[in-house]
Formats: sequence, structure tokens, C-alpha cells
Amino acid sequence: MKLVYFAWVRERVGKAEEELTPPPSVKTVAELVTWLKGRGEEYAHAFEHAKSVRAAIDKSHVKPDAAIAGAREIAFFPPMTGG
Amino acid sequence: MMQTTVRLQREDFDAAAEQAALTRGRTDIGAVVTFTGICRGAESGEPIAALTLEHYPGMAEDEIGRHVEEAKSRWPLLGITVIHRYGRIAPGENIVFVATASSHREAAFAAAEFLMDYLKTRAPFWKQVESKSGTAWVDAKGADDAAAARWTKTSGREAAE
Repeated sequence: MKLVYFAWVRERVGKAEEELTPPPSVKTVAELVTWLKGRGEEYAHAFEHAKSVRAAIDKSHVKPDAAIAGAREIAFFPPMTGG
Repeated sequence: MMQTTVRLQREDFDAAAEQAALTRGRTDIGAVVTFTGICRGAESGEPIAALTLEHYPGMAEDEIGRHVEEAKSRWPLLGITVIHRYGRIAPGENIVFVATASSHREAAFAAAEFLMDYLKTRAPFWKQVESKSGTAWVDAKGADDAAAARWTKTSGREAAE
């Protein structure tokens, strides 16, 4: 699946997007975050305060317990500050 | 007739011209409410050089579209315009524009406020402040979340009415 990152999440991860295949045991957004944090210091830093990182699946907001099965694109970003 | 315009753009816009375009040739509209968000020249007392708005292309349009549809379903509107800029914005320039048209003022006021509250908290945009001390991402405000929450059907203003 494609992972995309925005704002300070993007800066901390060090890339805007990447293609990753999490193991089948990773079933929810929260589990994906835990798995990503184990991939390296940059991810651990980006998801240090996991509650302040929001997620979207295929361009719709989702909660941490959302299932990731079938997702094409999962985005992680800070709380929004538009308007 | 319902006229809907949603635009995301890098370039500035003319708020007066956008309002005129919404009502031109119409005699059914009795009220237009417009909101224009403008880049301030200082944040927390410190002068700023610019704001840079990052956005999530595709999702930003979808998310604004969903809230425009919800506004239409909640109020008897005759027109909606939403424009949101991205990229680098200098002090004094426009950031965002919302205009709502209806036959009477109540719906126009309520829908404009609803759309702005949701743009602030749900549309995937992130502001970065550029000043002489460097760049810093703007923190989300709890007050903005509270303002958006009052439109949910189970709490806040509507439940109290």
C-alpha cells in the first residue's frame, strides 16, 4: 500500500510517500503505527505522540481502530490548521 | 437554482468579484454572507514573513465537497463558494473565502459559519509560519475543535434550540 505523510509528520519521516507492505498481522491503523515505529528512529520520532497524528484511508478521515484491509493509500498528518 | 463553486488554488483571489459572481443575474437571492480569511503580519506578537499552506491534494477537495453537501442538506441555500489557497501567502493576502447565499439571512449566516468551522478542523491543510527565527508549524487550537463540535447533531447549538 501507499503511505503518504504531511507537514511535520512528513518532515520527521523524511519522505512524502512510500510503498510498503505491512505483515498480515497488522490489521488496524493503530497497529500500522506501532509497526512503523519499529522501522526506525525517524518513524519513532514522527509517531512519538501517536494521539497527535491523524490518519486517512483513501482520502477519508479514520480513527485508529479502522481496518486497513483493502486500503490503497493511507495518510498520516498532524491535526489540521487550514481555514 | 443552486450554484456551487469549490476551488483550491495557489494564486490570490478577489473576494468582491467572487461575491458578485455568486449573485450575478439572480433575483431569488436575498442574503449573502461572505467570510475572507487573511494572512496576519504577526503571530503572538512576532512579525511573520509569510505563511505556507501545505495540503493533501484530492482529499482537500473531497473533504470540502462533503461539507458543502452537508451544508446544502441542512440549510435552504441558493449558492455556495469556497476558495482555499495553498503555497506561500504573504501578510495582507487572502487565505480562504466562503460565501453562502440564501433567500433569507439565517441560513446564509449559519452555513458560512458551519463551513468555516469545518474547514479549520477537517480540511487537510497545514499552516507553517515563516519568520526571522525560522519556520514553525502552527498548532491546532482546541477552540477550533470546540467550534466545529457544536454543529454535531448530538450536542451544542442545535440540540439546545
